[in-house]
Amino acid sequence: MALLEVSHLHKKFGGLHAVNDVSFAVEKGIIKSVIGPNGAGKTTLFNLITGALTATSGQVAFDGQDIQGRKPHQIAACGIARTFQNIKLFHDMTALENVMVGRHLRSRAGFVASMLHMPWTFKEERAIRDKSIALLELLEIAAYADVDAASLAFGQQRAVEFARALALEPTLLLLDEPAAGLNMQETVEIGRLITRIRDLGITVLLVEHDMSLVMDISDEIVVLSFGQKIADDVPTAIQNHSEVIKVYLGA
Amino acid sequence: MKKMLPLAVLLLIVVTVQQITAWSDTRFYLTQLTMAAYYALLIIGLCVVMGYAGQISLGHAGFFAIGGYLSAALTTRNLVAYSGSGFIKALDALGLLVAGQDIYGDALLVVNPWAACIVAVLTAGIIAWMLGIPVLKLKGHYLAMATLGFGIIVYRIVLASAYFGEADGISEVPAFPLIFGLRVSGDFGAREQNYYIAWGLLIIGMVLLRNLIDSRVGRALRSIHGSEEAADSVGVNTARFKLQVFVLSAVFAALAGVFMTHYNGGIGPSEAGVMKSVRYVAIVAVGGMAHLWGALIMGIVLNFLSLRGVFGSYDDAVFGAILIAIMLFAPNGILSLNWRGTLGGLLRLPGRRQDAGRGA
Repeated sequence: MALLEVSHLHKKFGGLHAVNDVSFAVEKGIIKSVIGPNGAGKTTLFNLITGALTATSGQVAFDGQDIQGRKPHQIAACGIARTFQNIKLFHDMTALENVMVGRHLRSRAGFVASMLHMPWTFKEERAIRDKSIALLELLEIAAYADVDAASLAFGQQRAVEFARALALEPTLLLLDEPAAGLNMQETVEIGRLITRIRDLGITVLLVEHDMSLVMDISDEIVVLSFGQKIADDVPTAIQNHSEVIKVYLGA
Repeated sequence: MKKMLPLAVLLLIVVTVQQITAWSDTRFYLTQLTMAAYYALLIIGLCVVMGYAGQISLGHAGFFAIGGYLSAALTTRNLVAYSGSGFIKALDALGLLVAGQDIYGDALLVVNPWAACIVAVLTAGIIAWMLGIPVLKLKGHYLAMATLGFGIIVYRIVLASAYFGEADGISEVPAFPLIFGLRVSGDFGAREQNYYIAWGLLIIGMVLLRNLIDSRVGRALRSIHGSEEAADSVGVNTARFKLQVFVLSAVFAALAGVFMTHYNGGIGPSEAGVMKSVRYVAIVAVGGMAHLWGALIMGIVLNFLSLRGVFGSYDDAVFGAILIAIMLFAPNGILSLNWRGTLGGLLRLPGRRQDAGRGA
């Protein structure tokens, strides 16, 4: 059974079929990419999977359960983490604090325990902090732990967002254009990072425009055009797929 | 331990101020300092909602009034006429009522202040919960409007209902006996102990909120302010956290209302007024929004000055002006202000002022 199974997913905005009867599966432990021209429905698809939007019809099954219609925080609790196309960090919080929020689901102190500073919360706080620092180290940005996240350079902000998503210990990680705004060197690094994340056992679903990155790291690729799936295959097959070449890759 | 230092300093200042008033025979200042502490209790609660969770509320005078008015009504309204009913008998059997005599020597049966306090605070919390579920789905101006509407409703209700004394409010509210012989009351002889009760309550409130901000819950609240969408994506139940912190702040406001009412021996409709809510928002803004200490200090200073009558009849106008000035010159509060930059800015062309106010 695939980890994520999208079946006959449909989203209508007024008369526009943003996602039109899309079905595909993501097997455990792979990097799967979603590509397509602008307006193909890639981000809408992401928002449907993460619960930011509700589908008009169709199903999203994760680990065997239907998650379509659940709220974003409930979907996160299932083990699905994401990053955003335009980085969304928590301003007025340090890089470390941003990542610490990512540990929210892995800790449990509530209002009363927090206000009374119950002794067991010290231990939990220390665990949250240690794990978050370890993630900043993994992403090589530990030096900026105490810097206000909003004042970091673009690439570093992206790394903080990655660390925050990884702090959930997700089974599935959704990356919405992680290479957008990065230079060639940084793109190569992010590609290496994504393969490293996969090698940690985390399944990755990626939306990306940078074709060299997509072809380089993907195990499988889904191609969307005007809301419809036109191909779903391994990279070498996609590169030679006549319709994909026609609508997207070019000759 | 670093966190405890400012609290220790505050405690020291509180004791020193009391000693100075005793030594210099200016004990009358303690009255306004006591009242200012109760207002500050409301203000630090509001600070967490506004500054940290990013939800504006223009209805907190309403929660203060719900607390104050309910405890006032329950501890003054005579239940002798209903003493035959089973419900009143049951309350009496549970020890929730106190019998006595009114000033004319007639039999008086009222609710025990402890029971009244719990009912008042719980009611405020439940109303905040019910109000919060629909209202906290709104954002920015719409949320401000909705909470403003709630404040106006509370004001009109206390003004219109005979049970709450209409325009006169409720007076003759009895003392509230706490523990160890401490009593919340306005007796001159009890001025010192009431000063310490109020400041003790404020310091406890401050410790609780400081702990909250510095925890998993505090980070979740701040993350909602930062980006609700991103907070959701890491599993923060944003709707529930917003509701919980709103209820918590309403409980702080109601508790302040209960204590203030017993201290003053009464409460009037002006406590429920919309301008009071605006004042609380202005004070949180002056204190720097996401700054509990700023809110506490400004809550004390500005309320003390207002209660001393420094602003005269222009009281509300002064708080309105403060709100405007803060938004223009120091959106991060006056504690974070670059004073040289602002003074320089005031001397420059009007168009430049805002940048100067933010500081370099």
